[in-house]
Amino acid sequence: MSEPMLLNLLLWLPVAGIAALGFVAKGRDSLVRSVTFGCMLLQFVIAAVLYQRFDGLERGLQFATDVPWIASWGVSYRIGLDGLNVLLVALTAFLGPLLVMGAWTAVQKDVKLFHAMVLFIQFAMLGTFVAQDLFLFYVFWEAMLIPMFLIIGLWGGERRIYATLKFVLYTAFGSILMLAALIYLVLATQDGDGLTFDLRRLSGAGLPLAAQVWLLAAFALSFAIKVPMFPLHTWLPDAHVEAPTTGSVILAGVLLKMGTYGFMKLGFPLFPDAARAMMPVIMTLAVISIVYGACLALVQDDIKKIIAYSSISHLGYVMLGLASLDLIGIQGAILQMVSHGLVAGGLFLMVGMIYERTHSRAVADYGGLAKILPLFAVFFSLLTLASIGLPTTSGFAGEFMALLGAFNAAWPAHLAGNQVPLTLAVIAVSGVILGALYMLWLAQRILFGETRAPHAPLTDLNARETTILVAIVAAIFAIGLFPGDPLAKTELAAREFQQRVLGEAVLLGSETR
Amino acid sequence: MNLLTVIVLLPLAGFVLNGLLGRKLGPTFVSVVGCGLPILAFLATLKAFSTLQLAGPDAALIEHAYRWAAVGERAFEIEFYFDRLSAVMTLIVTGVGSLIHVYSTGYMKGDAGYARYFAYLNLFLFFMLTLVLGRSLLVCFVGWEGVGLASYLLIGFWFEDPAKAAAGKKAFITNRVGDAGFLLGLFLLYWAVGTLNMDEINAAFMAPVAPAVSASLVGILLFIGATGKSAQIPLHVWLPDAMAGPTPVSALIHAATMVTAGVYLVARMHGIYEHAPEASQVVAVIGLMTAFFAATVALVQTDIKKVLAYSTVSQLGLMFVALGVGAYGVAVFHVYTHAFFKACLFLGAGSVIHALGGEQDIRRMGGLARRIPVTFVTFAVATAAIAGIPPLAGFFSKDEILWFAFASAQGGSPVLWALGSAAALMTSFYMFRLLWLTFLTPSRMSHEVEHHVHESPWSMTSVLVVLAVLSAVGGFVHLPEFLEPVLPLATAQESLEHLEHRLVYVAIAVAVAGFLAATWLYRGGLAKGDALAARFPRLHRLLGGKYFIDELYDAVLGRPLHWVSDRVFLRAGDRFLIDGTLDGLAATTRRVAGRLGRIETGQLQWYVAMAVLGIVGCLAWVWRHV
Repeated sequence: MSEPMLLNLLLWLPVAGIAALGFVAKGRDSLVRSVTFGCMLLQFVIAAVLYQRFDGLERGLQFATDVPWIASWGVSYRIGLDGLNVLLVALTAFLGPLLVMGAWTAVQKDVKLFHAMVLFIQFAMLGTFVAQDLFLFYVFWEAMLIPMFLIIGLWGGERRIYATLKFVLYTAFGSILMLAALIYLVLATQDGDGLTFDLRRLSGAGLPLAAQVWLLAAFALSFAIKVPMFPLHTWLPDAHVEAPTTGSVILAGVLLKMGTYGFMKLGFPLFPDAARAMMPVIMTLAVISIVYGACLALVQDDIKKIIAYSSISHLGYVMLGLASLDLIGIQGAILQMVSHGLVAGGLFLMVGMIYERTHSRAVADYGGLAKILPLFAVFFSLLTLASIGLPTTSGFAGEFMALLGAFNAAWPAHLAGNQVPLTLAVIAVSGVILGALYMLWLAQRILFGETRAPHAPLTDLNARETTILVAIVAAIFAIGLFPGDPLAKTELAAREFQQRVLGEAVLLGSETR
Repeated sequence: MNLLTVIVLLPLAGFVLNGLLGRKLGPTFVSVVGCGLPILAFLATLKAFSTLQLAGPDAALIEHAYRWAAVGERAFEIEFYFDRLSAVMTLIVTGVGSLIHVYSTGYMKGDAGYARYFAYLNLFLFFMLTLVLGRSLLVCFVGWEGVGLASYLLIGFWFEDPAKAAAGKKAFITNRVGDAGFLLGLFLLYWAVGTLNMDEINAAFMAPVAPAVSASLVGILLFIGATGKSAQIPLHVWLPDAMAGPTPVSALIHAATMVTAGVYLVARMHGIYEHAPEASQVVAVIGLMTAFFAATVALVQTDIKKVLAYSTVSQLGLMFVALGVGAYGVAVFHVYTHAFFKACLFLGAGSVIHALGGEQDIRRMGGLARRIPVTFVTFAVATAAIAGIPPLAGFFSKDEILWFAFASAQGGSPVLWALGSAAALMTSFYMFRLLWLTFLTPSRMSHEVEHHVHESPWSMTSVLVVLAVLSAVGGFVHLPEFLEPVLPLATAQESLEHLEHRLVYVAIAVAVAGFLAATWLYRGGLAKGDALAARFPRLHRLLGGKYFIDELYDAVLGRPLHWVSDRVFLRAGDRFLIDGTLDGLAATTRRVAGRLGRIETGQLQWYVAMAVLGIVGCLAWVWRHV
């Protein structure tokens, strides 16, 4: 099979899965699950092959397809892998089968529609990552909203309507502005060849700074809502709490990374001058997110909310690393995205597992689970440690490098008399302490102490659940112990990103396969 | 062969084996694996040590394990570094570690979590060896955090007790505060020197052109890390609580090895501290304060393990005094002797607790000397050693610390010496108080407890004997001189050198005075001591309450953090400001929409008029702009 076909297959497999689900007779729920799972598993295998074959030393797109779509506007169906998306594609495909396994017994209502939606969202997320055309990107970006809306709205908790509305309004608000900016950008870059949406050719670098700032602000708003960054984060805890487990895992595992990916792929490189000018603001918001999210996680009494707020904190490190514009920091940011997807995804899956048994997410309802559910406790502890960023886990690799990058960038500024970056970086380090504070406190309250649980006696993790967690934990340690391999795949792209934003770029647009 | 890698990985294999299979294969398997692999690691260390000795005094074995990550031209390598300093530390860790593993087979016998215990203990050794063998600060930090994890797991080993679980968490969090300082120092060094390899950082600071960074700033940042791990003021609060863990854990982690990691770090980075007199002064002063105040608290504690815990904090303080006056080798010397006698004391305390079925209050002990003679004799030897009675091990190392505190050309002063000696006096006093009240005074045990008193099994007592022998003779090794190729010897001010012998007599007198005072006060039991406490009730409460530092931190840090998070961030920020604004926007939109809705009157003329107006407006705009 030709290489670009492989990526197309990966992308369209979920659509084929949805079509296949259409033929499954009503009521045959386990067949629905099997078909979806098979589809996801195949997708994971393809992604693994793609990841293996992806050459980190090669510049430009790999496995690329470029077919005109709306020729008069210069819109093409352009997809391809590069260093920025390869890990996120792998992460998305990795979490896919685990998602389906996680929902195996939890979802009993409208099973077919649910799985169709899960496949749909998988399609949209992968599409967003692999799209190399701004129009295509926008289509996928918006398309993602529909299945997410339905997953929370139909299978969610009691206040699901409020949560969905909040989620959709926030996101739609950002999207409208992004659309406006996108149109402006395309019109502005128009040259003799007519309109183009090709991401390799689009650039706002030639625009006046004021225009760049407005455009970046519009893009950034949309992305910052998705990340989410303070003060645009309040949709996240509500969405997480009301979403079914699958929804939470998708949100934390992949969806939030689309925000940080957006900054990395579009926001900063498209408007480099504005990006450099706005970096102090971005950095400040990133650091506020780190501390604010951690503090709020400290005072929650719902397990899901604690993890939701911890996401805000952890993605703050991603933004900090990106904003440092230091190579180590950027690489750390990419690693931290993947790590957070695994860790938060795993934690939400575990909350789902215990919720399925007890129908409670209140911290106060639990205690001493380590005694009655030893296996559960082992995995929860491991994920807790990864969340804290303990060395040997992926959480450490990402956080450490993101912080190191932030400091590498801050010292020269400090010597030049600008104390802001250094102050921010020092404050960011305090997140290391706060992170341990809320996560260990959570672990202490639910795992240790006197045994307490609703609906006792509880059964420990079954084989299906254990398999899911073994996969996640293995990935966490693999990245934590050997981050060199994934980093080698992303380094070139990280460097290009850095050069584009710093303005030392040679003509990046000319690089095609 | 990659000997150093093997040394590190052996305990890790023990952790994996016992963690995965231990429960299924039973306690014999657990004991063999749990003790066998650390012993193998010790033997491998001996082999590596002999190789090192052959290579010459200032040689170092460097072993490359793998490349962790590379970014651009910068690479983060996982390498192990074995010079005389790491050799001494590795020998202590694997040697004393193996002994404590053996002891644990007796102490933990029959515990439901036997396999888990050994898995954790092996995990600790793995990380501790990573810490002392790592070549770069990054590898060291991996071990640094890792031992914190193992400590957390073992303090909260009996997690059903909420207090024990809380103690584990407190230890971890407090350490994390220190770790943040470590990280800051690491980041600064990486930027300034361009490498994290500790030997290269030292060399860079020794070079004629020093790195463009304040050595004192780096020194203080790294020292903040050390105050966390080595329980120095103001981060000392976790160590006494850490006694909630099983007693062998207290001996291994919270006395002999992990808590000395901070001392190791400062000694290892001596190249920085030699050029950072301000930082060194901070180290000495913090060390002195810790040594003094912890000793005062130990005077009145009634829990046998708490006395030893504060004693450990105090002794660590003395080590930092040595580091602060440039006597790096002497500090490591005290690490080494302290590992023997403090491990012996803790394990002896464990044997007492074991014999008494869990009793830890020395007010309910007494008269144990004849009932558990081996424990008594070994405990007495170790007590004399820590008190500084010559010629036992503690005498040599402590005497050297006090001498350099007084006379060192790099910051020695009479104040350091005087307060250090006062701490030594108190040490001698509270240790002999402990000895009297536990073993020698008439029994105050309940009848039932007394009935069950028994000497510990062979697996435990043999370890006590070995450690007691080491506590007795360990001081005859001239460790500072042995370490000299790695850690420069401190120099005394010439004008003071003639006082050295006189100060030795003072040190001996101090030790004996402590012994005599304790004997006078406690030989007859509790009465005299209680009467003394009753005469100074406020002071006694202050010391008994550990200066109420925990309460202070809670009031100044813990509660405000929660208050701000809850009231300011959550209620005022998230709910009121952000969501309130959004709700307000939504409400306004709804109102405006309602008003605008009235425009839709349903009259056609009105619509046509609006449409025309719109078109005219558009045309006007186009006309202006095109």
